[in-house]
Amino acid sequence: MKSTEKNQIWKVIGASSVGTLIEWYDFYIFGSLAPVIASHFFPKTDPTAALLSTLATFAAGFIVRPFGALVFGRLGDIVGRKYTFLLTLVLMGGSTFAIGLIPGYDTIGFFAPVLVLLLRLLQGLALGGEYGGAATYVAEHAPIEKRGYYTSWIQTTATLGLLFSLGIILLTRYSLDTDATRSVALFNDWGWRIPFLVSILLVGVSVYIRLRMNESPLFTKLKEEGATTSNPLKESFARKANLKMVLLALFGVAMGQGVVWYTGQFYAQSFLENVCKVNFDQSRTILIWAIVFATPFFVLFGRWSDRVGRKWIMMAGIAMAVFTYRPLFSKMENISHTENLNIVKEDVKTIALENNKDSLQTTIQLLNDDAGIIVTKTLKDTIKVSTQTIIKGPTSTSKELPTEKYWQIVLIVALLIFYVTMVYGPIAAFLVELFPTKIRYTSMSLPYHIGNGIFGGLTPFIATLLTTTYQNDVLSGLWYPILIGGICLLIGTVYVNNKIDRDIQD
Amino acid sequence: MNKIKRLLGLVWVLLGPAIIIYLSLIAFREIGSKPTTDTIIQWSVFLLISLPIGVGLVLFGWFAMAGEYNHLPQKSSELDLDETKDNR
Repeated sequence: MKSTEKNQIWKVIGASSVGTLIEWYDFYIFGSLAPVIASHFFPKTDPTAALLSTLATFAAGFIVRPFGALVFGRLGDIVGRKYTFLLTLVLMGGSTFAIGLIPGYDTIGFFAPVLVLLLRLLQGLALGGEYGGAATYVAEHAPIEKRGYYTSWIQTTATLGLLFSLGIILLTRYSLDTDATRSVALFNDWGWRIPFLVSILLVGVSVYIRLRMNESPLFTKLKEEGATTSNPLKESFARKANLKMVLLALFGVAMGQGVVWYTGQFYAQSFLENVCKVNFDQSRTILIWAIVFATPFFVLFGRWSDRVGRKWIMMAGIAMAVFTYRPLFSKMENISHTENLNIVKEDVKTIALENNKDSLQTTIQLLNDDAGIIVTKTLKDTIKVSTQTIIKGPTSTSKELPTEKYWQIVLIVALLIFYVTMVYGPIAAFLVELFPTKIRYTSMSLPYHIGNGIFGGLTPFIATLLTTTYQNDVLSGLWYPILIGGICLLIGTVYVNNKIDRDIQD
Repeated sequence: MNKIKRLLGLVWVLLGPAIIIYLSLIAFREIGSKPTTDTIIQWSVFLLISLPIGVGLVLFGWFAMAGEYNHLPQKSSELDLDETKDNR
């Protein structure tokens, strides 16, 4: 490969990856800041606002993302890759920036949650259209023998987008005031808008870079020959020959990838926070370190797949996840388990409640255990003046892990993300090679977003449902990814080919 | 291997409706025990998305039983040939 061609491909990768990373960042900051956003836009006291909140959570992730894949996939196969994923970037950046500007429910009332819902739906729509475009664009520029390697850079963007969103949120949360408590209060008041507003700068730079790029050479050739399709949706899903490949991509790879992806990154964090009771900051920094350690493996597995084929690397990742999830999550629970707690400090504050003569008593206990875990327990009880009794209220617990235990958990989460890299690193090249150029954008986007968005996105909800149903087993939530991963492993092993399709110019 | 592919096809054909029925039963149980707006919307969305997925799994199984996955096309021209063959 000549050096000018090499420079060109890195420009293509850079332009595509930065934009896709920003889109994932935009999508995740909404999810990460959901409780703060809810307090400003979706007050529980207004049932309609609460309804819109639920719609924003479920509709954006589960319905609009695959719909975006269809809408923008179609556009990308008709007008071209470059302008379509430029459009998705502008749509995503504009929506994110606008969310940061919307006045709260207290100021404009009902319009606030409606506007937030609409913008969140636009975010979901844009994300649905972005990935397929970026992966296709890079793959159609890449030389045959390095397709897996070059597309794997696009594959790092989803995880790096998550890392970026966690980092910006933590940074903003603690930099608004020299006093940490005051800084967090300011962040919850108005500082949460900063990560949304920052997006417009990032999108501006990315749009500028993408505007200077050329259209994909394969699509240009197809257009010059007049061989593009006028109805990619019909060709992708109404023709049996192609539909069977879409179904194979979904059930044989994408759905397993979705659950491995979400379990390794989102459910792991939720498990640390809700089951292990690791505090807010540590549960997030654990994930940040784990992502930093594991991310290079996306590229490594992408590169390796160029030599040995895509299938077995992806299947090995799913298999390792299916067989080791329970012992690994059990180990995390054991590491954070506390025994022989001793009270180090107790602080009791009592304030009179406004509407009656009762008082709210908040007790903050600081405890430590033999292994050095520091536990903060907050008990909120009501003192009934009339009967002189104490009615027990909610108790919240958070743990601060000592250094050794902290790094042990980082290592386990890094291993979970290592599985993600095995499945996710080669998948773009695999999907690109499965479909012909004229319907590639449409055909690969839909199974990807059903697999990642629906099967993956359901992981936290189904896992929580299982945990609340089978309360004796804190690991019961893992049966969902294990079952879906197991079915995908069987289908992928039996039906998917390991052969690399060298020629994607057809 | 082709025989296994065909036989497993029957499993996928049966699994599709099983998923829809199982999810419907859980949805009714959950909505019945906690009939709040959140629960209703959440489970309605789950059911809505499970329908096309269940149908997709049945189709996948059907194709597998018919031997459609015995040979996977390697080129677009093979996809076109498949289509021509079907139209005859």
